[in-house]
Amino acid sequence: MARSLPSKPIPAASSDPRREVTLTVNGETLTRSVSPRMLLSDFIRHELGLTGTHVGCEHGVCGCCTVLIDGRAGRSCLTLAVQAEGAEIRTIESVARPDGTLHPVQQAFMECHALQCGFCTPGFVMAILSYLEETPQPDLSEDAIREVLSGNLCRCTGYKNIVRAFRRAVELRDARATGGG
Amino acid sequence: MSTRQFGAPVQRNADPALLRGEGAFIDDIPLAGALHAAFVRSAHARARIRSIDTRAARANPDVVAVYTADDIGALDAPLPLLIPHPSITAGGKTQRPLARDEVFYAGQCIAMVVAVDRYTAEDACEAIAVDYEPLPVELDLEKAVADGAPLVHDDIPNNVAAHFIQESGDADAAFARAEHVTTVKVRLERSTAAPLECRAIAARWDRVTGELMVWDGTQAPIAVRGGLASVFGIDEDNVRVVAPNVGGGFGQKIMMFHPDEILVPLAAMELDRPVKYIEDRVENFIGASQERAQIHEITLAALKDGTVLGLRDSFLHDTGAFIPYGIAVAQVSSTSVAGPYRIPGIWVEFKAVYTPCVQVTPYRGCGRPQACFAIERAMDQLADELGIDRFELRRRNFIAPDEFPYRREGLLFADGLAVNYDSGEYAQALDRIVGEIDLPAFRAEQAEARAEGRYLGFGLGFYVEATGLGPYEGGRVKLHPITGKVYVTTGLTDQGQGHGTVFAQIVADQVGCAPADVVFVGGDTQAQPWGVATFASRAAVVSGNAIHKAALRARAQIVQAAANMLEVEQDEIELRDGGAWIRGGNRSVSLAEVATATNPLRYAFNESSKTATQFAPASRHDGPPLAEGTHPGIEESDYFSPPHATWAYGVHAAIVEFDPETCAIDIRRYVCVHDCGTIINPMIVDGQVMGGIGQGIGGAFYERCAYSEDGAPLAASFMDFLMPYATEVPDAELIHTETPSPLNPLGIKGVGEAGTIPVSQVLASALEDAFQPFGIAPVRESPLSPSMIHALLREARARPA
Amino acid sequence: MKPALFDYTAPETVAEAVATLAADESARPLAGGQSLIPIMNFRLAQPGTLVDLGRVAGLDGITVTESEVRIGAMTRQRTLESHAGANAAHPLIAEVLAHVAHIAIRNRGTVGGSIAHADASAELPCLLLATGGSVCATGPEGERTVAADDLFSFHMTTTLAQTEILTEVRIPRLPPATGWAFEEYARRRGDYALAGVCALVTRGAGGVCTGARLAGCGIADRPVRLTAAEDALRGSTVCEDALMAAGEAAKGHATLPDDLQASQAYRADLLAALVRRAAVRAAERAGG
Repeated sequence: MARSLPSKPIPAASSDPRREVTLTVNGETLTRSVSPRMLLSDFIRHELGLTGTHVGCEHGVCGCCTVLIDGRAGRSCLTLAVQAEGAEIRTIESVARPDGTLHPVQQAFMECHALQCGFCTPGFVMAILSYLEETPQPDLSEDAIREVLSGNLCRCTGYKNIVRAFRRAVELRDARATGGG
Repeated sequence: MSTRQFGAPVQRNADPALLRGEGAFIDDIPLAGALHAAFVRSAHARARIRSIDTRAARANPDVVAVYTADDIGALDAPLPLLIPHPSITAGGKTQRPLARDEVFYAGQCIAMVVAVDRYTAEDACEAIAVDYEPLPVELDLEKAVADGAPLVHDDIPNNVAAHFIQESGDADAAFARAEHVTTVKVRLERSTAAPLECRAIAARWDRVTGELMVWDGTQAPIAVRGGLASVFGIDEDNVRVVAPNVGGGFGQKIMMFHPDEILVPLAAMELDRPVKYIEDRVENFIGASQERAQIHEITLAALKDGTVLGLRDSFLHDTGAFIPYGIAVAQVSSTSVAGPYRIPGIWVEFKAVYTPCVQVTPYRGCGRPQACFAIERAMDQLADELGIDRFELRRRNFIAPDEFPYRREGLLFADGLAVNYDSGEYAQALDRIVGEIDLPAFRAEQAEARAEGRYLGFGLGFYVEATGLGPYEGGRVKLHPITGKVYVTTGLTDQGQGHGTVFAQIVADQVGCAPADVVFVGGDTQAQPWGVATFASRAAVVSGNAIHKAALRARAQIVQAAANMLEVEQDEIELRDGGAWIRGGNRSVSLAEVATATNPLRYAFNESSKTATQFAPASRHDGPPLAEGTHPGIEESDYFSPPHATWAYGVHAAIVEFDPETCAIDIRRYVCVHDCGTIINPMIVDGQVMGGIGQGIGGAFYERCAYSEDGAPLAASFMDFLMPYATEVPDAELIHTETPSPLNPLGIKGVGEAGTIPVSQVLASALEDAFQPFGIAPVRESPLSPSMIHALLREARARPA
Repeated sequence: MKPALFDYTAPETVAEAVATLAADESARPLAGGQSLIPIMNFRLAQPGTLVDLGRVAGLDGITVTESEVRIGAMTRQRTLESHAGANAAHPLIAEVLAHVAHIAIRNRGTVGGSIAHADASAELPCLLLATGGSVCATGPEGERTVAADDLFSFHMTTTLAQTEILTEVRIPRLPPATGWAFEEYARRRGDYALAGVCALVTRGAGGVCTGARLAGCGIADRPVRLTAAEDALRGSTVCEDALMAAGEAAKGHATLPDDLQASQAYRADLLAALVRRAAVRAAERAGG
């Protein structure tokens, strides 16, 4: 195929006005210059390269992009990066230990086959993590767990195993807390 | 032999990376200097394009290129019709990558913008002014085939895209003998797969080596490679297509080419920069394939004792504005509609109808949910009319275990082969459901509840599913010399089903390693250039058996090599725990050592490789280091081509509670009995079936791709297409029976689509039962909504008793 | 689905924010963003300037006085939901909030943002209407208080001027001898309801209903008081007949035409059922 080079130079980035934002991501404080319209999800994924946070709908229904913002689960697609000025963000990349050992919530997902394609999974893990930090002794009834999980869509599993994983995560967490590992 | 892995609930090797956020989905792959594409899409269903003004977009300094049909040279031609069929009228219509002069559905691509980022690309799309002259449309299938209806394509009369009739046995004779005839008309609406990762593609052209590298979230990378090579006139070996982690496919990603799959590589080549297109959710709803809309009129001819002699089904199938995947969906419907029943006389006819909506191609279930809804609604009605219990009517008509293989002479399935059911124990499956749902006890509970003003209902649905279609897949098993890890490769792809784990189990049993030591590589045309794709619940059946055959060969190679190394006879070798052992003894060589020893080396890079160099003790000094007729290392390939599809089946039942004030439905119990032949991994099979049921519940109640009368998509977000949360999907009870398939060495049948198929029927059947106190309110539509139920009950109440 | 370009300011005082709004007709305040950002991502909203209220001092916090609960506009919904004092003063607050979207949305969404956004299907405007609450707003002319009954003019439209910022939401304490209930039906958990009803029922001697305030969401072009249902309940003992009458009377308030999810007829019948359920629960809680 005949190739022709573009007739004009390609800018490295858009000419959107930029604004500095300083925030803490997974414990590291950093400053970046961003377009005010950049969504926090895009900032995390493409400016910082933390691509474990996924984007599934960009209108707040699917929950794939859930991260912890100042300790609470929030939709990174419904937050502008500039709104996160001074905020503390935690993403899925911070959840396992540095040596790769899975967090109880992650371990439970694996044991219970609570993920298939894995695209929604980081969002579920972050939402559950946030809830368990807020409510360390959660109601483990079927209805209560499903209520907590509502807010995150999964297209693969039919949720049954995610409900199981929620219970298992609490067990594993408690076992670790009592010295089980 | 180590513990048998085949049949065990082995955990998935792929999970830890996905759980740590270390997956490699397409938009995760870093491409330095990548540009981003976005599309201008038609705002009208059917319109002539008077003009497209791209000047403002082109003037944007952050926009690199704008393409309309005028800018894509030879690519400005209809995309391929993938599965030609003689029933397709006038050669069949497929869309152009970018609309030329006219548009055929709202959402059709008119122009592509490539810019420095997606934000800017969308700005430029907004700045492109398209002047339309809207044309009349008709979306109702029955009206669309009537004379005088507005045409989607001017040269296709009555919008009939295909017309096909098949007959098995003598339907007329069956109807002549009938003592009772019953007809049901059912209507199913459009739905869509809505994978959580939308479609995505990235392309990089290397102008020096001439290699086109494409990452495509496709279920068919090998086919995409072939298509791209053909379209661009590049040698196939210079096109590499990789489907990395893919966030769900459910059939939508089997379709090729969505326009971006051609235009993004084009832009990458023309602009000499990587280009990516990450479809957004709205685009997925308006521009990616949909399915399901059909209207069936099905008639059963029966004897008074319930024996069904004949079936006539005539249906309209909505194919959308184009028919790129041929008649596959409709053909699957028409050949699945007789279900598990003997029915000697079958006549099926369908018309595929062009409508001014996005194209229809397979979505999980692929025509089977519609067929199941039609036949099972009819069976329920027949049972009621004859006064026969709904279970009993089905039992009287099942194909008996000793009647297999059961051939429906005259019906060709979507693979071009005769419909031929291979095995089944249908009555046994039904008995399991009967045993789970104690119907007399339920009836008592139902009566009590009614007295309290609560309304319970019971429903069931039986289905069959032809799975594991050909033409073939390949499998390759290779021992890695240094690590001893086993590499397994096949051409098809995984979108989360867990293929890698079940393939690992198959191989582990043969070569004596742990499944965790098997590395699966799929979806990379460079790793495995031969193969077809992931569709029709075929990965485990077709690739699984190919890999099994390759593993048997690898096993023989390993045993032979190990026997040489250990200086014993081959029958004294057993493979287990990652090595080859002398039976009953404690001497062994590891798989890594076997792999190393079988690959004569010139250079040593570590301790183990020293053993294979030319002066090592075991090396030959009296002939070619590699014996004639052998190949280096342990690496074996094989292929499997099934004789025809294998038929899985199952029966689901549900107990629902219906609230007549809100018209809300609560699924109190959902039981599934399923048979996919011999099970490789029960954990994964459960996951597939439960996921299918969840999707089926979405399809039955929550998800509808609604359109306005003028063809505007009304459900173009998750706010209107109500994919269910955990709060809407019940915890289903899953029961498996295992009736092996005689068609493949492993005895397996497919499972990917199964759960989805009968759900609409099961819930319709249960609701009808719950509605009884309100009068006759037959459920003939899917999906249902509370508002539709409200209308149904108003009608029933208004009807004189 | 990326927002169009806009100018962005993050003022630190209400006065600064108001000045920015006054200077730029296309400017819009940004609170939690849980309603505004999705419609910006769809490019259905394209404000020229976003005035981020996130850094304005003094806009969040909850104060419970003798007469009312005062909620700073930027207070997160989840914070209000779990605020013991506020919910002791008016237990309907938490009952309603549990139905607002999902936890992750309530963690970010603000009380003032939801009310100012004034979606006709949203729960918080309905709560404000039922409780007879009010909002404080500051504009170039200074501060004013607007009663809930005077606030909502249309779907996503309030009577506040473009230059005004909603600063505080006030919900009167639950009156004595008054019961509360919220009932809604949504197709899917957390979605906007097809219909929702907030009910407050006050009972006097002999269990007679001496006062009723009901409001509905998802049924009209704005959140509405269900005055006809209130009339049917007032003076009754909230018996079966009165409930039926209240439900029937409420139907007239369901004026939304047929849409994708519900016919008008269904919505009216649904509203009637929800009115009955909410009223009977509220009456039970009122005691008497």
